[in-house]
Amino acid sequence: MKSETVPLKQTQRTTKLRKHSKISWDHFFSITTLAPSIILLGVFVYGFIFWTGYVSLTNWNSFIPDFSFAGLKNYFLVFETFRFQSDLRNIVVFTILFIISCIVIGLFLAILIDQKVKAESLFRSIFIFPMAVSFVVTGVIWSWILNPETGVNLVLKAMGWKHLPSWFLSTTIVPNITVGQIQIGIPLALLAVLIAAVWQMSGFAMAVYLAGLRGISDDIKEAARIDGAGSWRIFWSIILPQLRATTTTVIIILTAASLKVFGLIYAMTGPGQEFVTDMPSMNMFQTTFQGNQFAQGAAISVVLLLIMAAFIVPYLISTLKQGEDE
Amino acid sequence: MQMKKKMGVSLAAVAALGSIALTGCGSQGAAPASSGTTPTTQSASGQQLQIFSWWTGVASSKALKSLIGVFNQQYPNVQVVNEAVAGGAGSNAKAVLASRMEAGNPPGTFQVHGGNGSLLSWIQAGDMQPLNSLYQQQGWYHAFPQSLLNLLTVNGKIYAVPVDMQRANVLWYNPSIFHKYNLTPPTTFSQFFADAAILKQHGITPLALANHGNWEATLLWSDVLLGTVGVNEYNQLLDGKASWNSPGVVAASQTFAKMLSYANPDYSALHWQQADQLVAEGKAAMNVQGDWAQGYFTTDLHLTPGTGFGWAPTPGTQGVFAAVTDVFGLPAKLKNDTPTLDFLKVLGSEKGQDVFNPLKGTFSPRLDANTSLYDAYSRSAMASYKKDPLVLVIGQGGANPGFTNAVNNAMEIFVTNHNVNQFVSAVNSAAQANPLS
Repeated sequence: MKSETVPLKQTQRTTKLRKHSKISWDHFFSITTLAPSIILLGVFVYGFIFWTGYVSLTNWNSFIPDFSFAGLKNYFLVFETFRFQSDLRNIVVFTILFIISCIVIGLFLAILIDQKVKAESLFRSIFIFPMAVSFVVTGVIWSWILNPETGVNLVLKAMGWKHLPSWFLSTTIVPNITVGQIQIGIPLALLAVLIAAVWQMSGFAMAVYLAGLRGISDDIKEAARIDGAGSWRIFWSIILPQLRATTTTVIIILTAASLKVFGLIYAMTGPGQEFVTDMPSMNMFQTTFQGNQFAQGAAISVVLLLIMAAFIVPYLISTLKQGEDE
Repeated sequence: MQMKKKMGVSLAAVAALGSIALTGCGSQGAAPASSGTTPTTQSASGQQLQIFSWWTGVASSKALKSLIGVFNQQYPNVQVVNEAVAGGAGSNAKAVLASRMEAGNPPGTFQVHGGNGSLLSWIQAGDMQPLNSLYQQQGWYHAFPQSLLNLLTVNGKIYAVPVDMQRANVLWYNPSIFHKYNLTPPTTFSQFFADAAILKQHGITPLALANHGNWEATLLWSDVLLGTVGVNEYNQLLDGKASWNSPGVVAASQTFAKMLSYANPDYSALHWQQADQLVAEGKAAMNVQGDWAQGYFTTDLHLTPGTGFGWAPTPGTQGVFAAVTDVFGLPAKLKNDTPTLDFLKVLGSEKGQDVFNPLKGTFSPRLDANTSLYDAYSRSAMASYKKDPLVLVIGQGGANPGFTNAVNNAMEIFVTNHNVNQFVSAVNSAAQANPLS
């Protein structure tokens, strides 16, 4: 196709004609290049989102497909369960703590590395390396480390600790406010999962922040220094505000990672006693593929999608607006 | 401009890292790990047969390959495609199978557990063909015990061929501990608690428990239920013909909760192998697990049956065999039934089963199986299997998957709060929401 059009264009002499044919070629080229991804995305992402939404409104709760309309029955069934209520508590608690920890640790590491230390690339690789490990590996290893009978507790015991933490086996929830069937608060078991997740993902926050820090021009910092600002003052008033866009990016990506967390939980703790470490994704998997309750599983997926959208859509709107402003 | 550039840098970093993260996630997914090639066209010389299973472990894949070897000796023109799907103790395989059945593209034959779980679902969905004439032709009505055939029969039609047999009501124990404290393996629950009290005094965990997978505690409870209410009521419960609110279920749940107080506290962190390891190392005295644990004791821990580890039926279940059996059937929507029927003939044959089972660590469900191929444990299990009534368990494909999942969910709460009434009512409503037969 291309080899035919190029010599054709060269033979054309009138500028008007050439311009016209160039535009249509560009159009044609961009459409043909984009079409496969648009079609694939349309079918395999958006098509199946609608399909899942449709299934969640049916009675398909066994191997035998049953597409009779059930209304919102599956949503009521799912929301009624102790398990799903626990899931919602867990995912909110986990996401908030996970993002805060990753940002604080990631930014701290990025600032340390940005001090033009020796062997910078070595440190950078060390901090980012956990990201190269699959969540399943992380989960298994941390479940060994944090097993209260055999793991790090043996070290603590040798150091003379009396009240050893029971890590992800703890069923304590702090501050433990009873709402409906469940207790609202921070399940201590989730903190153990959090340690593993932060270990894995704070390197990612570091890398993005490092890129952000490198983007801040030295001129501004220098000017501030000449004006007599100290290091803290420069950090709070110059660097942090400049990192706002970076922080938004980090938050969005980490939120998505956190809401989808599955492999880590599956390998490390499972749903946990009283579902203290359960997540909607885990619940969805077991409901759908072990219980064969496809409609209920689809309902959980849709709720998960809506939670995710609540975070992502405002971000998309704000990026689009920014694009228009500039 | 500054702003834009910075955004560009960070977005590029995000894009690059995001793709790493996505690749990482993808590799954990439930991708079908087909160990053979999957040509879409039939081979020119003969027919093709896809065998679908979750046998990807060392022992089970070796056993399957040997069975395929026996099949190809007899039917050299059939090209066998081994479509084993790894992961999730079969749950990934079941998900893949469900989508293939749904699409009207079933494999030639597939692994399923005998009982009222997935097998019954497939039969009720009209996805399976009866095999009565095959049983007649091969003389299998007398080769397998009637109580096994009952688990594969719906309305007088038999739908699958069993290839192996495993027992789910086994109490594994450490013989040297029992010898040291002059104890005998408990046959009743009161004996169990008497033994447990003595063991606890000596600082030994009486009962090793694992519940990482959220099914192991359900298996223990299922065995306690069997030992408490007896075979008849147990079968009625599992067939949906008796109320789950009964005093027997309550009593069993109370016994179970009491047993938990003699278990290791970290059970929700352990996989079943780790619980059996505690028994093998003498840190714990007993463990209730299916006899797949036997392969772990002998192959992984190199223990001798009888001296390295001991076994007994779980308390109150003497003379009952809780059966977990892998079976294969004939899917309804096949273009050509012949290769599948030929494979099922080999699968149910004495020769096929004698090759398969010793490698897999299970035993042949045929009544004329060659006992000399098996070790001391398997021989004792075979003796029980041949004379005792068979029952199903909750989990292991024994009951409606929706019911099993709901019981597992209720169990996850029960093991923590020990609230018997709450648990029993959750199980009862699970039985009402998910028909058991």
